[in-house]
Amino acid sequence: MNRRKLLKVLPWITTPALLIVLFVVWEVTVKALGISTLILPPPSLVFEQLGQTLGEPTTWTNVRVTVTEIVLGFLAGTAAGVLVGVILGKLPLLEASVRPLIIALEVIPKVALIPLFVIWFGFGMTTKVVIAGLLAFFPVMLNVLLGVRSVDRGHRDVMQSINASRWQTFRHLEYKSMMPHVFAGMETAIVLAVIGTIVGEYLGGNEGLGYMVVKTLNELNAPALFAVILMLATVGLIMYFIVTSFKRVAIPWHESVYGRKDVG
Amino acid sequence: MHMQPTVDTRPVDPIVAPPAEIRISGLEKVYKTERGATHALSDINLEIRKEEFVSLIGRSGCGKTTLLRIMAGLVPPTSGDIEIGGRALWHGESVDSSVIRKLGVVFQDSNLFPWYDIEDNIALPLRLRGVKKAARRARARELAELVGLADFLGNYPRELSGGMRQRAAIARALSDNPELLLMDEPFGALDAMTREKMNLEIQRIALATRATVVFVTHDIDEAVALGDRVVHLTPRPGRIKDIVTVPMDRPRGVEIKQDPGFHELVGNLYASLNEEGDHES
Ligand SMILES: Nc1ncnc2c1ncn2[C@@H]1O[C@H](COP(=O)(O)OP(=O)(O)OP(=O)(O)O)[C@@H](O)[C@H]1O
Ligand SMILES: [Mg+2]
Repeated sequence: MNRRKLLKVLPWITTPALLIVLFVVWEVTVKALGISTLILPPPSLVFEQLGQTLGEPTTWTNVRVTVTEIVLGFLAGTAAGVLVGVILGKLPLLEASVRPLIIALEVIPKVALIPLFVIWFGFGMTTKVVIAGLLAFFPVMLNVLLGVRSVDRGHRDVMQSINASRWQTFRHLEYKSMMPHVFAGMETAIVLAVIGTIVGEYLGGNEGLGYMVVKTLNELNAPALFAVILMLATVGLIMYFIVTSFKRVAIPWHESVYGRKDVG
Repeated sequence: MHMQPTVDTRPVDPIVAPPAEIRISGLEKVYKTERGATHALSDINLEIRKEEFVSLIGRSGCGKTTLLRIMAGLVPPTSGDIEIGGRALWHGESVDSSVIRKLGVVFQDSNLFPWYDIEDNIALPLRLRGVKKAARRARARELAELVGLADFLGNYPRELSGGMRQRAAIARALSDNPELLLMDEPFGALDAMTREKMNLEIQRIALATRATVVFVTHDIDEAVALGDRVVHLTPRPGRIKDIVTVPMDRPRGVEIKQDPGFHELVGNLYASLNEEGDHES
């Protein structure tokens, strides 16, 4: 097997192997040291509990709620981020005048706003969608702002020298060179949308995986807590995977895509 | 236009030469920056005939790119006029887009769009003109054959070498049948061997498409080997120091470099450029 092929298949072998090693060490340590299952349950117990939790229909309702909140928040945040990013990128004067405001909004720990959103939007899904959207908005907006500004000078000259209209310049140049920045923003945004949703569920309402975390904690059911955490991790991974797959299809020409294809 | 069959209007004899295709008169360019003004071009007067090949040489910073960019409609002149095919290119700060349409520009970097394959890159100007897909494909293929890239139409720019990319950029500049081809050190980044080959190709292309060419280069050999005339620019401010006519017929092969007449021209230009360097230091 040549080096390139090896690089391609290696993660698929090492990742499960590492996980197995981790679980074995974990199991053995817990058993050997006699750690209480309240503090650190052994993986065997966690997986057993996971099977049980997955068998309950309310679990799936909660998964659906959480996924819906993440997706809606992410889409809304991304759409708003692209729109505002393009506008601010195109209008430097406007950007300069609102920059202090943007920086202020950016450094506010946005999860601190959740209680406020609960007052405004109640304990339902809206609050979580809003917080997920808000968290997703900033990385997309900032990346797009940068992307709009960083169009290659030489490419602009080409468009000008072939007499392109504003719309044509946008369609064939600005839009295309913005896309990698949109995706870079989206990759951060999806992670933040997951975090925002879960924290939102911690603090308000009685549905969703975040709520299950709080509930299992209140019941002091550590194996169930770990099972929910595993489910959260899986949801997050799947979301991230969807975004990166979409990127591969949308911008196959970009080096963040083909560069990886060559080595990994 | 490159299909026109018989009449050869190439200016063999200056007395019966057709009227100037390009007329530059009293052209001035001052760049204003925060740290002051740079007088990049001063009192440029130049007439270029249809289908003529004009080389533009001069030291770094003497204003070659500036002149070409003004001619390409990318930077407005501070004052002076440019007429192309009898129409003024600049009206104050705005360009006449009907004149721009006659131009094909090749930059120092190929500036191909990484998101389009070679075919789409070559045909982009046609796409903006609203030419249908089938016609664009046919034209892209024809041009790719002309520049020797017929097997790479489906490749992305990153999969091509520097020389191949530059040829694709030339094909793109040719796609809308330009009457005037403006080239800014298009082969600057290429090695000597590839450059030699590209020099032959560009002459062949210029003759086949009957385009008028303005060709910027640092390289005196290249300027003399390609040009009907060589325009020598001196810096600070950029002025035309002198214009040398190269009397040999085009196209010229590599054997021109053995010609004593060629050597004399190159030698003179070399001395002239050096002399200007002495004044500097
Ligand atoms: N956009 C600009 N703003 C300010 N000054 C500029 C600008 N472009 C060029 N200049 C100045 O104008 C002068 C001529 O520059 P130009 O790029 O035309 O030179 P050139 O002959 O093409 O040089 P080279 O051979 O190095 O490419 C230089 O002194 C340069 O500093
Ligand atoms: Mg230059």
